[in-house]
Amino acid sequence: MNARGETLLWLVQRASAAVLAFCVLVHLATIIVAVQGGLSAAEILGRTRGNVAGLVFYTTFVIAAAVHAPIGLRATLGEWLGWRGASRDVALVLFAALLAGLGLRAVAGVFGGAA
Amino acid sequence: MASLRVKVWRGAAQGAFQRFEVPRHESQTVLDVITYIQRHLDASLAYRFACRVGMCGSCAMTVNGVARWTCRTHVDAVAEGGALEVAPLGHLPVIRDLVTDMAPFFDKWARARGQFQGARSRHDDFARIAPDDPDRRQVDAGIECIGCGVCYAACDLVAWNPAYLGPAALNRAWTLACDARDVGNRERLRAVGGDAGCHACHTQMGCTERCPKKLSPTAGIAGLKRALAHAALKGTL
Amino acid sequence: MRRNDLRARRHPAYGAFLVHRLSGILLALFLPVHFWALSQSLQGAAQFDRFLAWTTLPAVKFAEWGIVVLLAAHLAGGLRLLVLEFLPWRDWQKRLAAAAAALALAVGLAFALAL
Repeated sequence: MNARGETLLWLVQRASAAVLAFCVLVHLATIIVAVQGGLSAAEILGRTRGNVAGLVFYTTFVIAAAVHAPIGLRATLGEWLGWRGASRDVALVLFAALLAGLGLRAVAGVFGGAA
Repeated sequence: MASLRVKVWRGAAQGAFQRFEVPRHESQTVLDVITYIQRHLDASLAYRFACRVGMCGSCAMTVNGVARWTCRTHVDAVAEGGALEVAPLGHLPVIRDLVTDMAPFFDKWARARGQFQGARSRHDDFARIAPDDPDRRQVDAGIECIGCGVCYAACDLVAWNPAYLGPAALNRAWTLACDARDVGNRERLRAVGGDAGCHACHTQMGCTERCPKKLSPTAGIAGLKRALAHAALKGTL
Repeated sequence: MRRNDLRARRHPAYGAFLVHRLSGILLALFLPVHFWALSQSLQGAAQFDRFLAWTTLPAVKFAEWGIVVLLAAHLAGGLRLLVLEFLPWRDWQKRLAAAAAALALAVGLAFALAL
């Protein structure tokens, strides 16, 4: 990839990292609070179903992660497995699609539905 | 008299460590040890040195697994239980014994556009650069590099990414990028931003840790990343 | 050509790099599983409850704690990278690596206590 392409990937990686840093902190804090006294589906889904703010937040979270993880793996695959070239990038785009697909499905399941 | 047990690499890519016993002295450097071996024990040992006082960088080798200038490495500081292991500098083709082929190192320097490109001639006035100019300070922080190759040997990315330009070449590119007199920066950024450029640096900081001139190529590489980001966003890349 | 071994890798920044990369790989592997587990909630609260019951197992709790530590470690390492790349160069990188480690540990402890 040329300088422009590599630089854009780098920028997207840093930008998604900044988004994830914020999302992860909020997510961890939420989990720590939620885990107090055990988990139950009714408890969790009672809070989340129909929660629009939660939907928006976690959709952003999923997209940022679906972008960030494959770009991060790209360097690792090239350096530790010697896997470079178009096939690597195709595989990573598929992985991004998998993460986005599974993630948005999960978000729909947890936050969708009427309040 | 105390002696040192020394293992020295013999051969090229294929080869083996040969063992020697060398008299140990006070204030002895690893280069002293190698010189003793070649003069008194095995005249066929090939090694490189020049100034032997820590100015030229020619004597760089791998001592107990770490890239160092052998003339500036005291045996007392590195000998583990009276034993030393000396091998050629890493990540470069081995010509023979402790001598490496530095051509790939300098080829990458050229590929990174590590050469000054000026626009003035002898007929023009001097360029005026204030010494405390922030860009000049960046240049000054990295300009003392003498191309010894220690950082190149210390960096794992050089091994993991064969085309990676390496810390020295990128550090030099950064000093030129910050040089107000240089006019070749657009091509230079394109040269250092590709697949094997500055983005391959993952801040392991082996270069900064091992540089005998106490330079920080990591800082220069971070600067190149920022410069590339600006250029990409402005559309000047 | 000669390659480096462990002796050349014993400085703090290398450790920080390794933690950052390994935690990234493990998180990238964990994320699809995490999303899949959450989309179990799509099947309804009963299925989700059965799944949540499984999460009370000590081995699973330990794994959850491990994931949180990985997340905190990766975040801390990432913040260290952002500082190194964007802020004016200073000589406190070793302290930065240590601070990142401390942060990750603190979050891990908080989560462990919450569990």
